[in-house]
Amino acid sequence: MALDFDLDEELESIRKMVRTFAEKEIAPVAEELDEKEEFSIKLTQRMGELGLFGPFVSEEHGGSDIGYLGYIIATEEIARIDGSQAATLAAGNSLGIYPIYTFGNEEQKREWLPDLCAGKKLASFGLTEPNAGSDAGASKTTAVLDKDTWVINGSKIFITNSSSEISAICIVQAVTGKRPDGRNELSCILVPNGTPGFTAKTMHKKMVWRSSNTGELFFNDCRVPKENLLGKQGEGFHQMLQTLDGGRLSIAAMGLGGAQGAYELAMKYAHEREQFGRPIGSFQVNAFKLADMYTDIEMARLLLYKATWLADNKRPFTKESAMAKLVCSEIYHRVVNQSVQLHGGYGLMKEYAVERHYRNQKLLDIGEGTSEVQRIVIARNIGVPGDPLG
Amino acid sequence: MKIVVCVKQVPDTAADIKIDPETSTLMLDGVEHITNPFDEFAIEEALLTREKHGGEVHVITMGPPQAVDVLRNALAMGADQAYLLCDTAFAGADTLATSYTLSKAIEKIGGVDLVVCGKQAVDGDTAQVGPSIATYLKIPQLTYVSKVREIDSEKGRIVVERMLEGGIQAVESSLPALMTVVKDINEPRLPSLLGIRKAAKTEIPTWTAVDLPVDQSRLGLDGSPTWVARVSRPEQRRGGEILQGEIPEVVSQLVDKLLDAKVLK
Ligand SMILES: Cc1cc2nc3c(=O)[nH]c(=O)nc-3n(C[C@H](O)[C@H](O)[C@H](O)COP(=O)(O)OP(=O)(O)OC[C@H]3O[C@@H](n4cnc5c(N)ncnc54)[C@H](O)[C@@H]3O)c2cc1C
Ligand SMILES: Cc1cc2nc3c(=O)[nH]c(=O)nc-3n(C[C@H](O)[C@H](O)[C@H](O)COP(=O)(O)OP(=O)(O)OC[C@H]3O[C@@H](n4cnc5c(N)ncnc54)[C@H](O)[C@@H]3O)c2cc1C
Repeated sequence: MALDFDLDEELESIRKMVRTFAEKEIAPVAEELDEKEEFSIKLTQRMGELGLFGPFVSEEHGGSDIGYLGYIIATEEIARIDGSQAATLAAGNSLGIYPIYTFGNEEQKREWLPDLCAGKKLASFGLTEPNAGSDAGASKTTAVLDKDTWVINGSKIFITNSSSEISAICIVQAVTGKRPDGRNELSCILVPNGTPGFTAKTMHKKMVWRSSNTGELFFNDCRVPKENLLGKQGEGFHQMLQTLDGGRLSIAAMGLGGAQGAYELAMKYAHEREQFGRPIGSFQVNAFKLADMYTDIEMARLLLYKATWLADNKRPFTKESAMAKLVCSEIYHRVVNQSVQLHGGYGLMKEYAVERHYRNQKLLDIGEGTSEVQRIVIARNIGVPGDPLG
Repeated sequence: MKIVVCVKQVPDTAADIKIDPETSTLMLDGVEHITNPFDEFAIEEALLTREKHGGEVHVITMGPPQAVDVLRNALAMGADQAYLLCDTAFAGADTLATSYTLSKAIEKIGGVDLVVCGKQAVDGDTAQVGPSIATYLKIPQLTYVSKVREIDSEKGRIVVERMLEGGIQAVESSLPALMTVVKDINEPRLPSLLGIRKAAKTEIPTWTAVDLPVDQSRLGLDGSPTWVARVSRPEQRRGGEILQGEIPEVVSQLVDKLLDAKVLK
């Protein structure tokens, strides 16, 4: 009998440690950071000290090598308290560290991974462009080889961790030629922040993830050495798809953890708040809301942990990670909506953490592939007639 | 410096623990167990001492097999080695038998310069185990330590500050010595993921009665001259009464009540 729903002691210890950290060190400052749209170097470095960056990276390269499930649980626990810090962590790991660790050569790994895994520096993944969002293959940014240097021109938008004081490098997806079938050939190139011709401008006035760093990037005859190519020329699109498979697990973890946090706030409030002489949670309609939240969260957790288990066991998990991302973000949506409902007017005030959950949830329906894109990925993988993209 | 930390596993203090009215024992089914909070400060102080003066940190606990969890936690925080003292012969020990057994384990580890304990365990609450280990080991005891001022491991000296009711007392002692620590002494670190992984891989030996140089008759229930006759909750106090109305009226009501209660005469 192989099916086993127990988490081992190591994973329980990880959850306990990260929960303590999030409650003690993130919770007291989260509201203020959100209000001021302030990225916290201090919290990022603390996450590094605790080993939260590089969970799937070997110890030799500075990681903690605890595997995907440990990473997902850690992300869940941070998101339970604050979406922005979870975003810094999830993007730093899945979009920054992962491609370098997976596709980089030994030299690139030795140069970048130790500081990235220590949380001293951040790497970002520059895919989205003003005119290439869901259609990520439609990048316009170009990289042309001029003797021993790539010359990069173009722009990127909404890039997490790309323009903070500790943002050190961006993995830029660029067009490097034409493929035999006439479509653009895409490659990923490592561009250190501060390279002449590369400007990173922090984007403000976000509704979501306000204390996570988001940058708009401009490349103007930006030159980097030929060796900064990640993997082989022309593998960029493939690298991107593989990176996003793992990224979806961590976005799903943010949905699950966020839902858990919003549910716990609702449960607490349902006990404390009295109207008509009784706790509001004692009205059946509200008790049912809590029962639905709890059930939804359990569903989400089972699906995400299964997808994660596939990843840890080196099995294909594209479809499952898309399903987990879709379900976890939609369940977070339902849960936080009802949690605010239970909080009444107070739930609309910033002093109540559920207000931040309500805003942060929306990103999860959109980032790293919208819910529609997830359904496209799932549909493609279950054998629907034709291509859902048309 | 060779340092031994004694840690105890206790029921989670955040949990609402009930007492079985029939047997006077704690009802611990389903209650989570944690490291005695004061012992986390003890572990942290040992780690800080090792970081400053070099050496190794050994951790011991006496308890049931699941007490191994508190040892893993100590290893994850950074301790070098841990030992579980576990045997049915140890069960039912009072503070005397507990500290006897722990002192024998410390002797077995050998060459120890400093023993660190928590001020007290949050369940038993006696604060006796630390001092009585020191007595068994015939080494000085420094209780309620809130700060280690200096350690000279070459000369075998330690200077600490003890938190007393009316102030702080600085004490110098020779080493080896035993200290018990209060919560003001430091801020215990969280284990890192790497630490948690390392701890999961570290082998933790179990020492039973035959592994220790002990007199069997001084262990566990047989070696315990004291036992708990009865445990009960203090009577619940009645809630106060709020007097409402116009002030002059309320004041005269209050005076009447205080006279009735013989608080005023
Ligand atoms: C805070 C934040 C952080 C981000 N971080 C990063 C990052 O680190 N790196 C990065 O590269 N990008 C990042 N992004 C970008 C994000 O991945 C994109 O916003 C997302 O992929 C959607 O692209 P778009 O905004 O251009 O929307 P569009 O693609 O323009 O979509 C608009 C709508 O059309 C729908 N749609 C599009 N195509 C189809 C179709 N074929 N069928 C059905 N419906 C369709 C979409 O689902 C959506 O509802 C971030 C975005 C935000 C807001
Ligand atoms: C009168 C009396 C009778 C008892 N009888 C029984 C009994 O019959 N059956 C039974 O199960 N329990 C019994 N106990 C409980 C048990 O003996 C105590 O919990 C134990 O001796 C520790 O005492 P304490 O909890 O007061 O610890 P304290 O003396 O308050 O603890 C101080 C420090 O000593 C160290 N320490 C304490 N215990 C341990 C340990 N086990 N391992 C490692 N380090 C430790 C820790 O550093 C701790 O911070 C009895 C307790 C008393 C007071």
